[in-house]
Formats: sequence, structure tokens, C-alpha cells
Amino acid sequence: MQRTTTHTRINRVSALAAAFLLVLALAVPSAGRAESKLQIMTATTDLASLAQEVGGDKVDVESIARGYQDPHFVEAKPSFLLKLRRADLLIVVGLELEIGWLPPLITQSTNPKIQVGAPGYLDASRFAKILEIPTGQVTRAEGDVHPLGNPHYWLDPENGLRIAKGIQNKLSEMRPIDSAYFAQRYDSFEQRLKQADQRWLADMKPYAGRKIVTYHRSWPNFAEHFGLNVIGYVEPRPGIPPSPQHTVELIAQMKRDGVKLIIVEPYFDLKTPNSVARQTGGQVVVLTPSVGGEKEITDYFKLFDYDIAKLKQAFDTVH
Amino acid sequence: MKRIAVLSAVIFFSAAASAQQAPPAEPKKDVPATQSSVAASEETRMKTLEDQVRTLAAQVTLLRGELKAMRDARSVEPRSEEPILLTAAHVAPGILAPSAPAAVPASPEPAPPQATQTQIFGGASSNAKLLNPDISLIGDFIGAAGRNNVSPSPSLELHESEVGLQAIIDPYARADAFISFGETGVNVEEAYVTFTSLPAGLLLKVGKMRAEFGKVNTIHNHALSFIDRPLVTNNLVGGEDGIDDAGFSLSRFLPAPKDWFFQGTAQVFRGDSDDLFQARRRQDLSVVGHLRAYRDLSESTNLDLGVSYARGHNNAGVGTTFDPSRFLTNLYSVDATLRWKPLRRAIYHSFLFRNEFFWSARDQVSPATVFQTEHAFGLYSDAEYRANRRWTIGGRFDRSGHAANANLTDTGFSAILTYWPSEFSQIRGQYRFGHLADPVTTNYSNANEFLFQFLFVMGAHGAHPF
Repeated sequence: MQRTTTHTRINRVSALAAAFLLVLALAVPSAGRAESKLQIMTATTDLASLAQEVGGDKVDVESIARGYQDPHFVEAKPSFLLKLRRADLLIVVGLELEIGWLPPLITQSTNPKIQVGAPGYLDASRFAKILEIPTGQVTRAEGDVHPLGNPHYWLDPENGLRIAKGIQNKLSEMRPIDSAYFAQRYDSFEQRLKQADQRWLADMKPYAGRKIVTYHRSWPNFAEHFGLNVIGYVEPRPGIPPSPQHTVELIAQMKRDGVKLIIVEPYFDLKTPNSVARQTGGQVVVLTPSVGGEKEITDYFKLFDYDIAKLKQAFDTVH
Repeated sequence: MKRIAVLSAVIFFSAAASAQQAPPAEPKKDVPATQSSVAASEETRMKTLEDQVRTLAAQVTLLRGELKAMRDARSVEPRSEEPILLTAAHVAPGILAPSAPAAVPASPEPAPPQATQTQIFGGASSNAKLLNPDISLIGDFIGAAGRNNVSPSPSLELHESEVGLQAIIDPYARADAFISFGETGVNVEEAYVTFTSLPAGLLLKVGKMRAEFGKVNTIHNHALSFIDRPLVTNNLVGGEDGIDDAGFSLSRFLPAPKDWFFQGTAQVFRGDSDDLFQARRRQDLSVVGHLRAYRDLSESTNLDLGVSYARGHNNAGVGTTFDPSRFLTNLYSVDATLRWKPLRRAIYHSFLFRNEFFWSARDQVSPATVFQTEHAFGLYSDAEYRANRRWTIGGRFDRSGHAANANLTDTGFSAILTYWPSEFSQIRGQYRFGHLADPVTTNYSNANEFLFQFLFVMGAHGAHPF
């Protein structure tokens, strides 16, 4: 008698479980795929801007991280999963910039198209010129070091162009029918970017070779392209908060080298940079490394417009 | 790629060969330098040259045809990206040039960016770890001082060393294994494969895993915001490892109102989880169901809600006159988490407020040898505030009945201070007060303890789900 009851119970349990699974499986009759626009998700706003330049009105682009957010520390919120689930293409910065948050999002997105290695997964670092690739032994004694090189590579307009070309090829591959459109969009972007770059280079020319200090190692590509010389960092090591000893050393170095400018990203605390600036008679400039870092920076062009205008102004005031 | 390289090699060598053949032909003809033979030799030479040109032209046509066939084949199959990435690491940029025109339609001006585009700098060192999984080890060193008569922990212990191995298995799956070496031995804490490319938006996990029962049950020791597990985990959900068993897990996003995220998870396990569930027969499987609702309240604030259910067999009937298979434990839980993290200052400030409520209904034999279901309740409430980049303060309130004797209720609270030298190490102190019941004597006693913990991370430990 007892045995029968148990069996009935177990059967009920399995029936319940089966029903639940069935409900799970059939609850949504799979999201609508009829949209004609390619759905693109990018890890950062800069990639979103480049994808928009090339994709035009044939694509919908959205970035996971915001421009004023530290791209190393983005939260893997479930709300992103809903967007990733519908994406045809995911463009990432790579070089382990997003290692702390993107992998679980990709896995949980249940979207086969954007899994690592799938046709809808595009690592933009493949197209870019990468700096600071560590050689020899790589240890975390160097802080949160990126073994594959510095991931802030989009801050060089030439890399922007290379990434845009990579995106153009990818989009043409995904939508061959629109490949002429993408090619034309790319050509227009290339032309405008080259013109703009000439303007930016001319703006920065008077300051070529100037020594600066930055908070994090976000600017090597920018500095290389515009001829600036980064001689030190507010962080003692990448990802390690400022320490009193390092700050003292930095102040001494800045005084020795006559460095007056400290570049800080919008997501870092200004206390230490301000104190360093006070003691060296220098100035803190908050430059944004990403599109959207400030309200008016709505695209890749305005990013450089903004940063260069601010830099020029700062260079002119300190000298 | 390879075929193109072979092809260019063939073209190169045939050109070189014909170039080498030509000069020896000249001296032969030129040496007999008599006037009469000049015209004749000139003609023969022209003829030879013509023959050579014809042969070459034929060869070129042949090669063109082959090249076209290959290009056609290439344009049909999707362009594989990995080989380019891999070769780019060792091959000089110029060698990649032949592939560039194939992939990129020639633009009017082969400008510098075009040329430099083939320099795939980023691929360079991704070879360094080629096919190795991400390997990590997290050391968890715990010390305790003070008094606890009910559940004392050692003064000093390397509580566990968790080795993590994580990798993408193939285009359809990834796997994660966490093996913990503790004071008493080795335990596979989790090892499962996740199938990421299933139809209908399903996510399937197979292996041994922490069950999706509430929040704290899913979190590894090193990722907790306290040193110990809440009292309710020990009293109602099977101890430190909680529900951690071998089985299947299937989850899926569910239709939800705008701005909400719903997810349902159904899991079937063997039915062995510490003392909580014990399977004596194959059909004594345990099941776990979880529903999650999430919503962004603003850019920096979000709400995470969940209800969970678990059911399995217990061993309360073993050695009694009752049929042991009648004895089940049903567990219910509700969890709510409020998070705040301003995006511009994410690394400096954040706040988390989490509450979990548990209800256990356990079939057992009463002291008067009557079959009964014991209902016990428990909860914890945890608040955590990141004051700056290096310091976090937190507090936790605990209250929980004992699963086998709901009349015994433990109460406790903790104050927690955490210091982060970097992202990869953590030093934590916790003051813990407990008003705890001894399950054997049913006497209560107060516990006043100071716990401290050193955590260190080696290698690449994959990010944890949110």
C-alpha cells in the first residue's frame, strides 16, 4: 500500500517535472527573426559607433558598456541577455578587456550565432595595431596586466579605420546583398576620418613630444598617433589603486621632467590626481576614452574632437 | 590560404625557371658568330622565344582557370577566420598580402590602411595559450578565535583550494570544472558541460553542479560576501556545499512584461546532497525548480527576485519500521536582491542588499514514533557597502530553525570588513555572534567569534554569473 503511494508520488513528481520542462520549452514560440536590419551588439560604444558608420540604416547597433563606464568592470546584468539573445553579430574589443563580464553573458545568451568562434562573433582587436604586448614572463606583479597587449587600441584613428574595414567585410559576408552599400559607407567614413585626422594632427602638432602622465594605461595608441610622450601613471600598476609611495615618486618624476598634465578617465577618482597636480603646479584633464563619455560625444569623430580640444586647451593653460 | 600560397609558389618558381632557362639559350646562339648564320640564328632564337611565350601563356591560362575555380569555391564556403589569426602570428605581414585582395575587393587607391590592415597584430599572442583551458587556483585560508561550543571551526585552516578549469569544448559547448582540495580530501565541487547552441533558446547543463536553488546555494565559497555560510544553509539546505549534485539542468528565458527579465530553470539530480537528500534507489531522484525575475530600476540600480523549489528523499526513515522511501524533504525559498552600483564610480562604490527566506518540510519519525512532517523556517539578510576601491563593509542577520527539530532556532549576526589589495586577493575579518542550539542536548549557548580570511587567486578564473 505504501509502495503504491510512493510510486504515485514519484510519478506525479516526474509528470510535474516533465510538464515544467515542456512549458519552458514551448513558452515562447522563438523570437521574431523577420527583421530586415542586422542586429549588432558591441561591447563598447566606440565599436558601436564604428559599426553604425559602416552599417548605416541597414543595422541596429547597441553597446553593452556605456562610454563613461570603466570597460574592465561592467556588470553582466541579465537585461543584457535579452539583447544578446536577439543579436546577429557581437563585436568585442578582445585582448581580455571584457574577460570579467562578457564570457558568462555570451554563454547564457543561448544565442548560437554569437558564441566565440561563430560567424556572428567578431573580435575587433584582430584588425588593429596593438601596442604594449608584454614579452618575456607575464605575472600579476605587474598588476592587472593584459597578456595579449593593451586593449585601448581604438584611440588611434588609424585603428578605427582598420576596425571599420573589418566590420565592413563582416557585414558584407553576412549580408552580401548590401555589400556595395557597406563598401560605400566605409569609403565615405574613410574619407571623412582621414580629413578629420589631418585636422586633429594639425591641432596637436604644436604639442608634439610633450610629456604627460595618465591615470591608467588607456592612452598608448592615442599618444603614439598624436606624438605625445606618456612618462608615468597615477596607478602604480594597471588596476592597482594609487599608493602614497608611488605618488611621491610620480611627483618627483613630474617635477624632474617638467610634466604638467595628468590625463584622467571619467571613471577614476580625482583625489590623487588633483593632489599630484597641486604639488607639481600641473593640471588634471578629464579626457574620455570612449564615445558617450560625455553627452556631446555622440560618435567616433566627436570623441577625438572633444579630447583634442580639451588637451589643446590644457596644454595652452599650463604653458 | 594554403592553396593560394602553393599557387603563388608555383607561379614564382615557373617564372624563375623560365628566367633561368633563357640566358643559357643566348650564348649558345651567339658563339658561332659568322655573318651568314646571324639571320638564321636570330630567327631560331625568336622562334624559341615565341615557343616559350606560348607555353607560358598556356600555363597562365591554366593557372587562371584553377585560381578562379578555387576563388569560387572559397566564396561559397564561409571565410574561416581562425587560420588567418593563427598564421598572422608568425608570418610576416607581407606574406599575407596575397589573401588581402581576395578578401577585400581592390579599392581605387591602395592606401596605407589597406596595406596595414593585413598586419593582424592582435592575433600575435593569442597563440600563447592555444588550446589550454583557463586554469586557476583560489586559496581560501580561514582562521577563527573566540568561543563556539556548538559548531566550532579550527583555529587555522586552509579551508579549501579550488582549482578551476574552464574552456570552450567545441562550437556547441563549453565546460567548467571546479575541484576543491579541502582539509578532509578532494571534492569535485562542480564539473559540467554547458550546451550553448540548442534550439528554442534552451540552455542545457550536464554534470555535477550547485543547484539553482536560491542565491547563496549557487555561489562558490570564495565569491561570498562573508567568510562562513549563513546559518540557514547549514540548518536547512544541507551544509556548506548545499544542494550540489550530479544531474541535468535546463533553463530558458520566459516571456516577460516590458523591462523585465524572466528565466526558468528545471533541474533533475541523482538525489544525493550531503545530509539533505539521499537516494537509496535509482528512482529517488531530486528535482529543483527556479524562477528568476530581474529588472533594472535605473542605470545603476536593479532588483533581482527568485522563487525556488527542491524535492528529494531523506534518510529519516532508515532503521525505522516505516518504509524509508516515504521520507521526502521539500524545500521552498524566496530571494530578493537589490543592487546599486553607479556606473561612473563602479570600482569605488556599490551596495547590495540581499534577503533569502527558506521553508523546509521534512518527513521524519517523531520521538513518539509517528510519521510526521517537520516544518522549519530560516532566513538571512545581508547588506554590503563598498566604501572605496579597497574597503567593503557588511553585515548579516541570521535566523533559522533546525530541519529535524523546528523548536530549536539559531540566531546570529555578523559584521564584516573586507580589504582588497587588488582584484586578485582579499583579506577579510568577520565578527560573528550566535545564539545557537545544540541539536543533541537542545541547550542554547552563545558563540562570540572572530573569523579572518585570506583569499588569493592564481591564473585566469572565469567570471561568475551575475
